[in-house]
Amino acid sequence: MDSVDSVFYSDRIGPSSNPLLDQLPSYQSLLYRRKPTASGSMKRRGSSRTRVGSSSSWKWKGEKVEERPKTTSLQRPVREQPKTIEEKRKDKELRIEQDRDLGSWKLWRQTTRRSLRRLKEDGLELLSTLQLWRGDIHVIEGMFGTGILSYFSFLRFLVLLNFVIFLLMFSFVMLPIIIAPRTLANTTFNIYDGSECSEYPSTSRRGLVVFHQYIADLLSGTGFLEETYLFYGYYKVDAIHFPKFTYKLPLAYLLVTIAYLFLSLIWIVKRSASGFKRNLVQDEDRFQSFCNKIFAGWDFCITNETAARLKRSSLLYELKTDLEEERIKQKIADRTRKEKCRIYFLRLVLNLFVVAVLAACFYSIYRATIYSQKSQMEPPANFILDLIYEYLPSIVITLANFITPLMFTLIIQFEDYSPAFEIRFTLMRCVFMRLASIGVLLFSLWSQITSCSGGSCPCGYNHELYPCWESRVGQEMYKLMIFDFIIIGAVTVFVEFPRKLIVTYCDCGLAKWLGQQEFAIPQNVLEIVYGQTICWIGTYYCPLLPAISTLKYFIVFYIKKMTLVKNCRPATRPFRASSSNFFFLVVLLIGLAMACVPVTVSIAQISCSQACGPFVNYTTSWEVVPQTVSQLPKGLRRFLFALASEAFAVSFFVITCLAMFYVIALAGAHKRVVDQLREQLAMEGKDKRFLIQKLCQAQRTPARSLGAQSHSDRGSQSQSGAQNYCSPEGVLLARPSVSATHV
Amino acid sequence: MGTTASQLSKDLLSEYQELTFLTKQEILLAHTRFTELVAKEERSSLSLRIPMEKILTMPELKSNPFRKRICYVFSTSERKDGSLTFEDFLDLLSAFSDSATLEIKSHYAFRIFDFDDDGTLDCGDLENLVNCLTGETDDTRLTPDEMRQLINNILEESDIDKDGTVNLSEFQHVISRSPDFVSSFKIVL
Repeated sequence: MDSVDSVFYSDRIGPSSNPLLDQLPSYQSLLYRRKPTASGSMKRRGSSRTRVGSSSSWKWKGEKVEERPKTTSLQRPVREQPKTIEEKRKDKELRIEQDRDLGSWKLWRQTTRRSLRRLKEDGLELLSTLQLWRGDIHVIEGMFGTGILSYFSFLRFLVLLNFVIFLLMFSFVMLPIIIAPRTLANTTFNIYDGSECSEYPSTSRRGLVVFHQYIADLLSGTGFLEETYLFYGYYKVDAIHFPKFTYKLPLAYLLVTIAYLFLSLIWIVKRSASGFKRNLVQDEDRFQSFCNKIFAGWDFCITNETAARLKRSSLLYELKTDLEEERIKQKIADRTRKEKCRIYFLRLVLNLFVVAVLAACFYSIYRATIYSQKSQMEPPANFILDLIYEYLPSIVITLANFITPLMFTLIIQFEDYSPAFEIRFTLMRCVFMRLASIGVLLFSLWSQITSCSGGSCPCGYNHELYPCWESRVGQEMYKLMIFDFIIIGAVTVFVEFPRKLIVTYCDCGLAKWLGQQEFAIPQNVLEIVYGQTICWIGTYYCPLLPAISTLKYFIVFYIKKMTLVKNCRPATRPFRASSSNFFFLVVLLIGLAMACVPVTVSIAQISCSQACGPFVNYTTSWEVVPQTVSQLPKGLRRFLFALASEAFAVSFFVITCLAMFYVIALAGAHKRVVDQLREQLAMEGKDKRFLIQKLCQAQRTPARSLGAQSHSDRGSQSQSGAQNYCSPEGVLLARPSVSATHV
Repeated sequence: MGTTASQLSKDLLSEYQELTFLTKQEILLAHTRFTELVAKEERSSLSLRIPMEKILTMPELKSNPFRKRICYVFSTSERKDGSLTFEDFLDLLSAFSDSATLEIKSHYAFRIFDFDDDGTLDCGDLENLVNCLTGETDDTRLTPDEMRQLINNILEESDIDKDGTVNLSEFQHVISRSPDFVSSFKIVL
């Protein structure tokens, strides 16, 4: 029977236009025809509504969705239902009526829950009005979309982070010193034993000082700035004896350093928690990239007509690129072996070239640092020349960070990767370059500090050239930060504004080639992460650096906003907001990790200066902690030793590994179940369509063969002879005898 | 229900706060913006219905490719002409606000994207959607081949029961794993 067998072969992927299908309970829950007079019937909480249309083809007036008796203790707020305000109002009144029937205990619980929720919302609303720059960010969002918005909210986060670090440092290190003379406290200072290690020649200028010397001092942290709260060397207090307790400053200094690094880590991880889960664990972007772009592609907050047009074109570009990339992936998979060898060889050569370039940059930074240090020992020849020598490492680093990205973007075109991977790889290279250059600077400083003329250093460091080496390192960090700030301002004023003027007013070929400036998010983010890394490293040597950093980022926000609004147009290559948040925080974490290394090395390895600073009485800064621990009560000491012992560490490691393996196995099992369920769902859908079509065919055959007689049997349903659909009543009333007459 | 003054009464305000996701400030701002769209003489009643053309002059909606769909979806008018009362307008802002749940947003997003109002996103709906996103003119559209490839990819990613359409639960499932949706599906006055 062809008409029946054809059911097996029906390959319909479109929705079957079968009224029978429309009446299934599951299909009903998917539709939402608006009924003008909405009934206030109870709905299952959280499920999508069904609104039965009053259109004539529907005879289904019975139960719409199965009604579960609502457990009043688990009610969700009325406003979380997707209905109109009128319907929600009716729901609310219904609930109030229900509540009257409740016992007093449940009623009380519910009212408290509601009022607590209201209180929490009011509190959150108040907090959000206190948020910095809300209005500015709203304007930017309207003009440029959420990709660039994420950059500015990242900047705001950094301002806050720096301010909190400054507060930490201030309240635990500076505040006791400042208030000690005003209270009844007794401060003991560090004793200098007069040996050659503790000689610290004064750096304040004597005699007739030219005015520009002060400016040079301000810009490089020497001279009158060196012996202020700004640098490590000024904190000479050993302990402050308050009436009730003793406040040990060296311990506080060390612990605050560890605390701010830890605090930054926790805050960044917390901020990126959701981003991590999505990007690392689920990696939906790989599985759902098209859906993500289409369903969540449009920024509904764009209010500017030009921005909307540009957004459209960037979406078009993105879609075309992705479709192109799919085709390229196919091409890559089809590569022959010979081509593969050629490509890998080419990649190897280019990577070696990149490594060579990086090595050359690092070597030049190294030499520049050494030269700069040497020339600072000699008296200044000329004001300008002196400044240049002081800033030589910063200048070289900035130049290197300017040239290498251009080189990387050029090289990667020859390496024949897919476009998305190209962007990521170039970015990774740039990140590495930026952060490693600070490391090279510190390494060259370290080599200078720990190398003495006679071979081994009597004081553990080169005390002739660096009587107070921490202050010197602090000065270098201070210079880096000032220079970074100057460069950001200078580039905006001297490069971006002229470019805008050229493009707007001049109609020459240069203008067309340059084009209007695009706000390049990755490069800007790298810039501020670089600044933040300097701040993290430098705070140990220069405790006021976070305050300078807060001020710097505050001003940078306005500079960047101005240049964005006046000079830039939205990027043609869109930067997704979510992945960009994740990217910013990952780069920041890499910066934090890189910042921890020099700080740890200086605390634990290098001997601290004997001539200045709070750690004069200790060999290395870390020694404060063992000494304090040895003065603690016996039980606590034993507990701390047990925590640090090998037995504890090994067992902790083993338990963590076991937990990790268990969780991985669980995730694998869940994934298998999910796959099976998906297959089952697809199969169920096919089954359903198949069965319905068979049913309809079954109904059709006797209807045609038996003629009018069967019609009258079916009751009031009026069916014309040419009926080709199965009426609902017909199906309901189908008797076994009828269905048995056909195959 | 209507007040004669052009201000909102206190209990009406707190009722709206309870029934929507908007804060007090946002409701008042919405009221100001809504009454601006109305001529001075007619500002008395709250049950006034503003035609769609006037709503579409608001800057937040003017450059939105889905503006007409948004008006149709939130409109409670019987003539289905996209006109909005103040309460419809509040519903709109509530669904697009910062504090709306993902469920609400995805529900309304589904309805906005369902151009033919049949309860599922089929190929025609998806094609309309993509054309809205990329542009109206001919040179800003994808070629038919690219469109087909794109729609196939979308269905492959989101259609779980393989019936060729995306229904509400499949849509909500995809949205729940999309990190960008909540931040982009937002309109703030």
